[in-house]
Order: sequence, then C-alpha cells, then structure tokens
Amino acid sequence: MSGHVSPIREPLVQGHKTYHDITEDLCAPTERKPGTGWVIGFILSITLLGFGLFCIAWTVWHGIGTWNLNRTIGWGWDITNFVWWIGIGHAGTLISAILLLFRQKWRTGVNRAAEAMTIFAVICAALFPGIHVGRAWVVFYFFPYPNTRGPLWPNFNSPLLWDLFAISTYFTVSLLFWYTGLVPDFATVRDRAKGMRRKIYNVLSFGWTGSAKHWQRWEALCLVLAGIATPLVLSVHTIVSFDFATSVIPGWHTTIFPPYFVAGAIFSGFAMVLTLMIVTRKLFNLQNYITIGHIESMNKIILVTGTIVGVAYLTELFIAWYSGYVYEQFAFFNRATGPYWWSYFGMMFCNVISPQLFWSRKMRRSVFVTFLISIFINIGMWFERFVIIATTLARDYLPSSWSYYSPTWVEMGIFLGTIGIFFTLYLLFARVAPVVAIAEVKSILKTAGDQYTGPNAIHHHHDHADHGHHEEVLSIASEGMADDDGHLQVVSGTAANQATETMVGQKDDLRKLEGIGPKMEEALNGGGVYTFAELADAQIDNLKQMLIDAGQNPDINDPTSWPQQAALARDGKWDDLQDLQDRLDGGRIV
Amino acid sequence: MANTTDIIYGLYNDEEDLIRAVKEAKSAHLEIMDVYTPFPVHGLDPVLGLSESRLHIAGFVYGMLGTLTAFLGMTWIFTKDWPIIFGGKPHWSVPAFIPITFELTVLFASIGMVVTFYIINGLGPGVVNPTIDLRITDDKFCIAFDKKEVDTSKVESFLRSSGASEVHSKTI
Repeated sequence: MSGHVSPIREPLVQGHKTYHDITEDLCAPTERKPGTGWVIGFILSITLLGFGLFCIAWTVWHGIGTWNLNRTIGWGWDITNFVWWIGIGHAGTLISAILLLFRQKWRTGVNRAAEAMTIFAVICAALFPGIHVGRAWVVFYFFPYPNTRGPLWPNFNSPLLWDLFAISTYFTVSLLFWYTGLVPDFATVRDRAKGMRRKIYNVLSFGWTGSAKHWQRWEALCLVLAGIATPLVLSVHTIVSFDFATSVIPGWHTTIFPPYFVAGAIFSGFAMVLTLMIVTRKLFNLQNYITIGHIESMNKIILVTGTIVGVAYLTELFIAWYSGYVYEQFAFFNRATGPYWWSYFGMMFCNVISPQLFWSRKMRRSVFVTFLISIFINIGMWFERFVIIATTLARDYLPSSWSYYSPTWVEMGIFLGTIGIFFTLYLLFARVAPVVAIAEVKSILKTAGDQYTGPNAIHHHHDHADHGHHEEVLSIASEGMADDDGHLQVVSGTAANQATETMVGQKDDLRKLEGIGPKMEEALNGGGVYTFAELADAQIDNLKQMLIDAGQNPDINDPTSWPQQAALARDGKWDDLQDLQDRLDGGRIV
Repeated sequence: MANTTDIIYGLYNDEEDLIRAVKEAKSAHLEIMDVYTPFPVHGLDPVLGLSESRLHIAGFVYGMLGTLTAFLGMTWIFTKDWPIIFGGKPHWSVPAFIPITFELTVLFASIGMVVTFYIINGLGPGVVNPTIDLRITDDKFCIAFDKKEVDTSKVESFLRSSGASEVHSKTI
C-alpha cells in the first residue's frame, strides 16, 4: 500500500467523487465544445503568436540591427526572456519529479498541466538563443556533428554549449515524461470516444490496455525518470547561471549564482503554475481536483523560494561590500541607484516583499490574492533577469563605453509573441488532453481523497479545527453507504457491513451508557459512531482519537468501558448493563 | 484477426475486491490470463506474482552508454581529432567535460528506457490492441481468463462468488 496518510490532512479530491465521476469530470473539457473563455483566450493568444512570428521574420530578414542592442549592451530583452522562460519551465519537472520522489500526493492535481507548461516554456526559451545569433539559418552549427568545415567542433569547454546540451536534454526528458504519463489518460478518452476521435486517440494512446504488467513497468519508468530528472532540473538552471558566472563581468562573476538561479527558477515556475492553474480550474470547472489545498501547498513553496531569492539578493550586496572590490561594489550600487533603479526596485518589491503575505494562512488560501501575487512574481522575475543582464552591461569597466538600452518594437513584439506561443499551446493542450492526470488522481482517491478508507477513516472527512461539520459527516457517511460500493467504511477494522445496515437513518441514545453525556455523544457522532452496535465494535484507540478531535480529554473521559457497555445495550441486556454500571465509577473501570 | 483468443472475464467495482479475488483465484489454482485496471493498483503485483520490473537496470546501462559517448567523444575530439587550446587550458580538461557528460547520461537513459518500455509492452503509435471492455480505463477492474487454459464453468462460478459485478465472454 502506498503508506500512511495522516487523517488530519485535507482531502486532495473533494466532492465525494467516484472513479467514474473523475473520468467524467476530467475528460469533459476534451469532449464538449469550448466555452467562451477558451475561445477569447485562444483568439488573443494566436494573435500575439502571429505578431511574434512577424517580428521574428522581420529580425531574420533585416538582421538583429532591428534590435536596440549595441556594442556595450550585447544582451538585452532576448537573453532576459530566454532566462525568464527557462526559469518558468522548471516548475513542471520539479512537481512531477521531486514531489514524486518525496511522495507528495498533491502533485497529482497539478503535475500534468505543470509538465505541459514546462514543455511550452522551454520551446519559448529555446527560440531566443536561436534568433539572437543573427544568422538563424546556420544555427545548427551549434551541434557537434561530423561536418565539412574541418571537421570543426564546437567548444565543449564553453558554458554556452553546455547550455545547449542542458536545454535540449531537459526538453526531451520533460517531453518523454509528460507523454508517458499521458498515454493511459489518452486511452481513457479513447474508450469514451466514437468515430474519428476514437481513431485519433487510439494513435495517441499507443494502444494502451491497462494490463497489470504494463502498469508495473509504467510506475517503474516514472520513478526512474523522476530520479534522473531531479538532478537534471537542478543542473539546467545551474548551467544557465554559468553563462554569466564564468564570465569576468562584475555582478555576474559570483559563486552564488547556481543555487540562487535554481531557487529563482523554481520560484518563477511555481508562480506561472499558479497563474495557469487558477485560470484552468475556473475555466474547466476543476475546483474539486485543484483545490484550495493545492494552491496553499504551492504558495508555501513560493514563500520558501521567494525568501531564498531575497536572501540571495542581500548576500550579493553584502559580499560586494565585504569583498572590498570596487568594480563589484560599483556594479551593485549601480543596480540600485543607476539608470535602471526602477527595475531593481520592481524586482525587490515583487519577488521579496510581495510573497511575504503568504505567511498568513488566510492569504495563502485566497484565490484572488494568490493570482495577484503570482502575476507580481512573474513580472518581478522578469525584472530580476533584466537587472542582472542589461543593468550590469550598461555600466562596464570603461565609462567611455557606458550606454543605455531600451528595446525596439521588434524586441517587444517577439516577447509578446512568445507569450502568445505559450498560451496558444497551453489552450490547445487543455482541449486535447486531460489537464489533470486521471489515472493518478484515481490512484490517490482512497488514500488522500475525501473517500479515504484507511485507519480512522471517518476522521478524514472534516477539518478538526472546526466543530461545525458533524452533519456534513453524517451526510457523507450515508451517501457512501447508499452507493453500496464499499468505498467508505464507517469504523475501520470492524464488521463494517453490520454497522452499515444499522447505521443509515438510525441513531441510538448513547447517553444511556455511563460516562457518556451530551458532549461525549457529540464527539462520538462526530467520529461517525451513532449506534450501540458501532460503539461496541469500535477500537479504544479510535474512540480516544475521536474525543481528542472533538476537543475532549480522553484521560478524564476514559472510553475504555464504552464498547463493553455498548455491546450489552446492543444485545438488549439491560439488566447486565445495570450490573456493569454499578461496578463502574463515572464510566471508569475501577 | 489471425490469432483470436476466447476469454471469460469478470469486472469488479473496487480495487480491494479485485485484490481479494486475485488472491482467491491464485489459491484455487486458476490460471489468470491478465488483470486490467484503470490505474496502478498498489499491492496487486505481489498477489498476482509479478516479478519486479528490470527496466531500471536497462536505464542504468543506457545511462552508462551516454556517459561513455559524451566523455570519450569529447576526449577524442579535443585530444586527437582537432586539438585547440582554449584560454591556455589543457586539451584534456576533464572538469569542463562534466556538464555535457551528465546531460548525455540523463538523455540516453531516458530515451533508452522510454523506447524499451514501449517495445516490451508492445505499445506504440498506431498499435491497436483488442479492447476487452471500454470501462476498464474508466472505473472497472478486470480479471480475464483464457478459456483454453481454464475450466470455464468453474471460472464463471468463481467470478460470481468473488464479487464480480459482471461476467462476460468474448473473443479477442
């Protein structure tokens, strides 16, 4: 079995779903006609995409003289955008790989969309190195292949070439991981489809059958891919940071860059995941699968990584001062007070200050606040890359070469174009494939959903901080019983069926037992115990837990004798019960 | 189709019923053809007697192949094929080879494992496998028996008594 889940955790799948409900809900966006929101989004995205392609064609036709780069500032929006997109692309693999290794079950709600997002973000990122070289038609010179130019090889000692390898590997592995996860879900869509759609999905699903051996290998494959994708995801942004850190430019030449870039990448990636998820769950009505709990978990990661990034900013400043190296000191002084001071303060506000709101649980669980802050972080992380790249280059060693840079419409157009590419691909994906991993959500339904059937089953259905949910628990319980699916057992380890039959609509006066008053009865009802029969079959430990959950002290109100008393009451042996109670002291065994 | 199989199968509504039924079938020495589920059911493999997948061993071999390709390739290129001095560093500058060696290790292992996975499972673009029941990818858990291997009436009574919600026969 897949391990213990604390009964006090919030369910990851809400709305009392059956397996069939999950299939219906998650396949629905691929089966019905797209809604107005989707259509408007798609038209907007594809317009941006079209404009972006036009600007790229303009660049290729006229050359990169159409950009405002100059001899001093050789990297501007192009590389800023590249690093920004690559950073965004880190959350997908982080969610699917690292959280899989850590057995974080909440990943199942968001991993599919996050992986898709990764792939699309890497596509957008890879565009920039391709076109910023100027002669995009010979970009294949990057690759080491036997050629007629010598053969002349690329410089394997260069971080820029490492980057090529890192990003192409990252793209390939993410794509394989994502698609392998999609195959069983495509099969689910296939088996519901008719006609042409069925044919298409049969090709997409690779003829998946659901055989036990295939599932076993599928899990083995996913686990190993996660294992090797974890160092991979850390290596990619490390290598991106090497593009800067191995140079001799003050402000870039720092050893803190790899961890700082990786934390920043995860930070910006999660911000983009949140932006997308909040829109997706609304657009496709997936609030029961991408719950507030998911949003809160991601906000915690945002808070941690945002704070790491903040510490890195301050460490850079401290080290610049402490090193006593005037060029380094100037570089950082210039970032905060130079001609680009506004981007530095934009970065500080968006990345360091705004996520601090998430120390408050209320803020973490607010969809509106989360959406707003995720947008702030997307902007802030773009500023961060701009600060590192353009601000640093604008003031280099020789004041005579100092320069200022602002983008042309072509550069801005290409950036907008990548946003168009990203959202066009994402919206298409959301129409064609289930945005939430169907099979994976089903596999956690019973261990982490609201149909949890493990130890202390019924406890799982309510938030223990809140005592107002008892009626809801009752309704869930009777619904589960009515299903007759065996999805829900009232008290685990007991004769569930017997309990089931007596339970629906029936309630004994538990206060007839010594030691049980109105408070105690309420606590037991809260734990799903309504009848003598159920109480007779209950485990003492479970009863104690119910009392603790209801805010009672099981040492004062010791339930040890209750099942014994209840057994007599269930069997109608009232005289024996009277005898027993005479021997008890306030319900305690003396 | 050239090779058809007559099967009898039972559909269960819940994975716990399925695991219980598989256990019973094993103890009754009924030869199960295959079990089909909508998602990976944990605890099914040992009951069904499936040995652990060796895919990770293949992954290791592919990964090593990537390591060697990258490292030996760069070594040959920079020391034999076209030695160039970059920044006064030695031709054979091992630390600078590490990032690409690592990336190719991961790349080879991933591609190799994924391709192997599809080949050994007989899956791939354009493959059409016979469908036993359309609801297996939805919410039904299926135990299938090959009629040639088992006594059909015995299997049928077993399926019904072990809690299958439906029992069907089919030629696939």
